[in-house]
Amino acid sequence: MASVNQLIAVSLGYVAFLFAIAFFAERAAARGRGGWLRSPLVYTLSLSIYCTAWTFYGAVGYAARSGMEFVTIYLGPSLVMIGWWWALRKLVRIGRVHRATSVADLISARYGKSNLLAIVVTVMAVIGVTPYIALQLQSVTLSLSIFSGPEGAGSLNQFRAAFWVAFGLAIFTVLFGTRNLNANERHDGVVIAIAVEAVVKLVALLAVGVFVVWGIAGGLGPMMDRIDTSPIGQWNMDRSRWVALTALSAAAFLALPRMFQVMVVENEDERHLQIASWAFPLYLMLMSLFVVPIAVIGLDLMPAGSNPDLFVLTVPLSEGRVGLATLSFLGGFSSATSMVIVATLALSTMMSNHVVMPVWLSARAEGAQVSGDVRDVVILARRASILMIIGLGYLYYRFSGGGAALAAIGLISFAGVAQFLPAMLGGIFWRGATRWGALAGLVVGFTVWVYCSLLPSFGPGAVLSVATFDNGLWGIGWLRPLALFGIEGIDPTVHAVAWSLTLNTAVFLIVSLVTFPEPLERLQGAQFVNVFDHSTQARGWDAALATSEDLMIMTQRILGAEEAQILFRAEARRQGVHGQLPEPTQAFLQHLERELAASVGAATAHAMISQLVGGASVSVQELMAVADESAQILEYSNRLEAKSDELTRTARQLREANQKLTALSVQKDAFLSQISHELRTPMTSIRSFSEILRDTEGLGEVEQTKYASIIHGEAIRLTRLLDDLLDLSVLENGQVSLNLDTGQLGDVLAQSILTAQAGSARHLEVVRHPGEDPVRLMTDLDRLNQVFINLITNAQKYCDAAEPRLEIDVRRTDTAVEVVFRDNGTPIAPEARALIFEKFARINDQDGSGAGLGLAICREIMTRLGGDITLDPTLKGNVFVVRLPQLAALAAQ
Amino acid sequence: MGKHVLLVEDELNIIEAIRFLLSREGWQVDTHSDGATALATIKDMRPDLVVLDYMLPGKSGLDILTELRADPAFQALPVLMLTARGQSRDREMAERAGVSRFMTKPFSNTEVMTAVRDLVQLAQ
Amino acid sequence: MTEPSPPPVFLERRSYRRRRIMDALRLLPVAGVLLWLLPLFWPTAADGPDAPAPLAMSDAVVYVFFVWVVLILAGAALWWALRASADPTEGIVRDDR
Repeated sequence: MASVNQLIAVSLGYVAFLFAIAFFAERAAARGRGGWLRSPLVYTLSLSIYCTAWTFYGAVGYAARSGMEFVTIYLGPSLVMIGWWWALRKLVRIGRVHRATSVADLISARYGKSNLLAIVVTVMAVIGVTPYIALQLQSVTLSLSIFSGPEGAGSLNQFRAAFWVAFGLAIFTVLFGTRNLNANERHDGVVIAIAVEAVVKLVALLAVGVFVVWGIAGGLGPMMDRIDTSPIGQWNMDRSRWVALTALSAAAFLALPRMFQVMVVENEDERHLQIASWAFPLYLMLMSLFVVPIAVIGLDLMPAGSNPDLFVLTVPLSEGRVGLATLSFLGGFSSATSMVIVATLALSTMMSNHVVMPVWLSARAEGAQVSGDVRDVVILARRASILMIIGLGYLYYRFSGGGAALAAIGLISFAGVAQFLPAMLGGIFWRGATRWGALAGLVVGFTVWVYCSLLPSFGPGAVLSVATFDNGLWGIGWLRPLALFGIEGIDPTVHAVAWSLTLNTAVFLIVSLVTFPEPLERLQGAQFVNVFDHSTQARGWDAALATSEDLMIMTQRILGAEEAQILFRAEARRQGVHGQLPEPTQAFLQHLERELAASVGAATAHAMISQLVGGASVSVQELMAVADESAQILEYSNRLEAKSDELTRTARQLREANQKLTALSVQKDAFLSQISHELRTPMTSIRSFSEILRDTEGLGEVEQTKYASIIHGEAIRLTRLLDDLLDLSVLENGQVSLNLDTGQLGDVLAQSILTAQAGSARHLEVVRHPGEDPVRLMTDLDRLNQVFINLITNAQKYCDAAEPRLEIDVRRTDTAVEVVFRDNGTPIAPEARALIFEKFARINDQDGSGAGLGLAICREIMTRLGGDITLDPTLKGNVFVVRLPQLAALAAQ
Repeated sequence: MGKHVLLVEDELNIIEAIRFLLSREGWQVDTHSDGATALATIKDMRPDLVVLDYMLPGKSGLDILTELRADPAFQALPVLMLTARGQSRDREMAERAGVSRFMTKPFSNTEVMTAVRDLVQLAQ
Repeated sequence: MTEPSPPPVFLERRSYRRRRIMDALRLLPVAGVLLWLLPLFWPTAADGPDAPAPLAMSDAVVYVFFVWVVLILAGAALWWALRASADPTEGIVRDDR
């Protein structure tokens, strides 16, 4: 027999090996040479943390007790992976697009970034997963005790062993789980270590299996015969459990925090998922291939009463195969450690992001202004969370006594985390899901789970009294924890799973239907549900635009709209990019981060930006900067970067120009028809009525006057059209002379509103902010008036809200006076935004009353006046900003 | 004559002119100015002649004509189409859609009246 | 009216094939669920003495794993087919960046 000390030495060696692998992987990634770390193979293997020690050892024990039922735990995940197209594809895309760091983050982001929801999910996850961590510690110490032999059982202090295992795991997780805060929560070292462990546990189980089938049973045929003559030789399946456990494992596979970590957060490339969709079921299939043979041989060879959970170890040991048993031990050890590491990592991310940091930030906000580097605090919070979670796991193990109560915890834990599923899937497939629905569903499901599954697992009389089991809570018969609503005879696990998930889903749906989501929730809902529509353009050169827009919206939230726009416009000008939004270059991001950090602290700002920007190029850049190996490499890469930026920009400008030209030529054709229509229509009336006047005898005086005035009116209309055309061509050729005059901006606006509203039948509510500063202007007031009238008339014509409304706001910035026209109509589509200031552009083709020249004239006028006019990107309504240079605005009196 | 004409047109002044010309000759003139609902009105009123504008708010005259001709009951109904767009392609499209007569604005009053008389005679 | 000339036939066929592969991808888990639900109809020892004799465990093991292997192979084949049908167009997209 191998001594325990030998085994501990082997384990330590193995652990040192894992540390080394993780260390070199991190170093390679930091040098930007970590491509191989992120292969589909590594991704698939990392998914194997689904197979914990509970499945490594427990599956055989499970098979020895209940035959094929163990396999349901693998069938569910296999179906989910095979059916990746349905749910996983979307989940991974959403996780990547929205930079979700955990299940809690995903759910809270979907429901309007609700931190309350994140906290609830975090607490539920900790309660659900901690016992599971305890189970892993138990399995390691239990397997260790096998080697110490029955007589030496006292020589190994199980609790002390568990303590050291927990301690080692905590060190590993802290070292490799919290090294880099920023790089999208990805952990190369951890991932590669668990991939190696995945290989070890598969090889170990296969080795034991091969030994059992060919070494003991003597081949496949004899093995099959032995299976059929064994105590589990007949198909004896509880049908409800077969279905419920398959469904439960599928649900848990999607909702487990650690699975989310490896499947979504650590995902480098969506194509890896496609490969894993069949490769991971293959892994699971291989993991369960020899479970039944090992169980059968174990039942046959081992003395009655021995623990079937440890057949994987005891069968080789009883045959004197110490080496094989040691390998098998390492397999179990790998299963336990990889699960604990990733689960802890996932939970600690949730804890620090959703519990510790918000508390810390709000505590700090009362004192001095937040300043300095908050990143240290985040890392500290995460490390503390890791220690706390592993500590909790250890304590749970310690106080549950490491007994049988733990064995059942695997399925119970699954049922607990499966409660996340309705809120998760509902959130990504149904736009109507609301925050309150999710919250209510989670709380109800979790409560039912605690009452029907977690508490009864401690046995009658432990937490719930025997009376409660027999007569229900407070003596209410239909509240019996194992027979809710008086329905008896259901298997306890099936009972708890069915009721908790059904009630969870029902409450989630009903509350969602009756509550109304907040705007941010609706926005996020749309982005989640329609993630494929949005993110198809998030590829290629559009990606830059989309990211800039995201950055802009985020910056507006923190700095305020005005400052954000100034910042972005200045950068766009510096980069020489046409329009509002600059390229998200490295330099600009750093600049932006510093700006944001001044308001909310560096870590938050950093996390915000890296969440928005993400992308491999950024993190590799950052890692290279961190490594800082030599200034030369850095400078060289900077130059390359600048060059490639420049190329991208040129390509984009060319593309923009080309698109514009194509659109313009199409528009020009349309314009010719349009101008023909505009000229011929008044001409028709003129001709027709003049012929009537000429040819009709005995026409009354009233009619004569009426027809003459129609001719007159139409002639004026013709003149106006020609005026517009001429006006534009004069403005464009720069031959215009300005009538400079002084006046109050307020007066000009008042006059414009009056003029515009006098000529229109459609009602438009115009709102001015009464408290605005009086601004005296020195400019061409008539021209300015013309611009204002045009904007108001446009709102009158095109604002399609039920109660059209136009807000006019005047604000002063350091360099300009801005007059903002904000209506509540449908926003102009982004692709039309670039064109509306072009001549002949008509966004709404149905109405024939304009020739599409108004905004083009406005733009020309504003250019002549030394200002500009823009359409700002917004989420609702249309916001036109007329900007006058500081020179035009005289100091207020 | 007491004939019934439906005028589908959105320019008030042109409506006024054509109404004057036709009612002087004893036509009963009804008007409709929304493209989207024009088809239903035509089918509803069953006029003896339709004067149809090419560019209408809601739905173009061409679309209305195409849909009208799809109904066997209205394949023989005389339709005079007016357009201000002045592109030869429009005329081809209208003829393919089954227009009875196609005229470009601005028109002369006598031209319109001759066309109306011809169309009614042809239909009888 | 003259339609613009149709795109080359092989492109049409390619995108058609791609759609059908996607359909198959969607159907595969449904097939998996149905096949793995089949054991519900097998007689068990708990059905009482009147029921047919329960299935031998070795047959059950063979069936479950056979379905598994079929699903894995089908998944791998579809992945391979999807990749083969997507590669050329994806290449163009990538050049576009």
